[in-house]
Amino acid sequence: MRWIWIDTFVEFVSGQRAAAIKNVTLAEDYLHDHFPGYPVMPASLMIEGMAQTAGILVGEVRDFQENVILAKIRLAEFREYPVPGDQIRYETTIDSFDERAAVTSGRVLKNEQEIGRVDLIFSHVNNADRSLGLPDHNFVFTEQFRHLLATARLLSSNGDRKPDEE
Amino acid sequence: MAPSREEVFTTVQDVLSEALGVDHEEVSHESTLQGDLGAESIDFLDIVFRLEKAFSIKIPKGELFPEDALSNPEFVDGDKLTPAGLDTLKSAMPHADFSQFEKDPDISKMPDLFTVRTIVNYVEGKLKAA
Repeated sequence: MRWIWIDTFVEFVSGQRAAAIKNVTLAEDYLHDHFPGYPVMPASLMIEGMAQTAGILVGEVRDFQENVILAKIRLAEFREYPVPGDQIRYETTIDSFDERAAVTSGRVLKNEQEIGRVDLIFSHVNNADRSLGLPDHNFVFTEQFRHLLATARLLSSNGDRKPDEE
Repeated sequence: MAPSREEVFTTVQDVLSEALGVDHEEVSHESTLQGDLGAESIDFLDIVFRLEKAFSIKIPKGELFPEDALSNPEFVDGDKLTPAGLDTLKSAMPHADFSQFEKDPDISKMPDLFTVRTIVNYVEGKLKAA
């Protein structure tokens, strides 16, 4: 199953901050059910979009060697819903990072206007935690993320997209 | 100058009400984090991060909420802590009040050691040492 809720990274500064965008389009099935005749981007999927943006930022710090699990939604508030044709931008920064977990805070923008905030905590789960019954391979950063990681790696160290690799 | 105990308590109240989504009034000195305030395991980590930020302190792993104190099988006998286990836990948590727990060191009652007062004691000690 594909479960990718961001289209591409537009900023990526290792260990510090990232921004990703998602274009909302009526070609996506879920919008026809949420809601019939009144398509709006579900808040839960914007939380997922932020979790993917922030989760990749956090995972990259240790070169994706550890699984990074969304452990807690500290804050999620939205004042407005994007509709088909809008562009959502997820901006996130790492506030704390240690061997146990990472804390991120983030803004959600619609067509460059802030419409919400999402702050998250990620747990680091590695092979030492197999007693939890988790698989021994990396089950978070699978193939599905490779394309996104490639877009993140196209960005230069100061976070701007490299012009020669557009 | 270090903040007063009351100031520390007020900030701890802020931290817990934000981390656990509870009202200020619910957070008293005696409240237990799990039983009274509904904290779950990840919340303990959230609380640690928020305390670090609120008081500009560093809380090493296991210092406020010891996680590995009971990993030694000699420390546990059935549902109870052995005297050696109790001593180890007491020295790992000088900020906790053991007066009730040590009368009946049942493992299922261990969460009651984690009260708001335990956190206030810990933060106070940390700020004094700084």
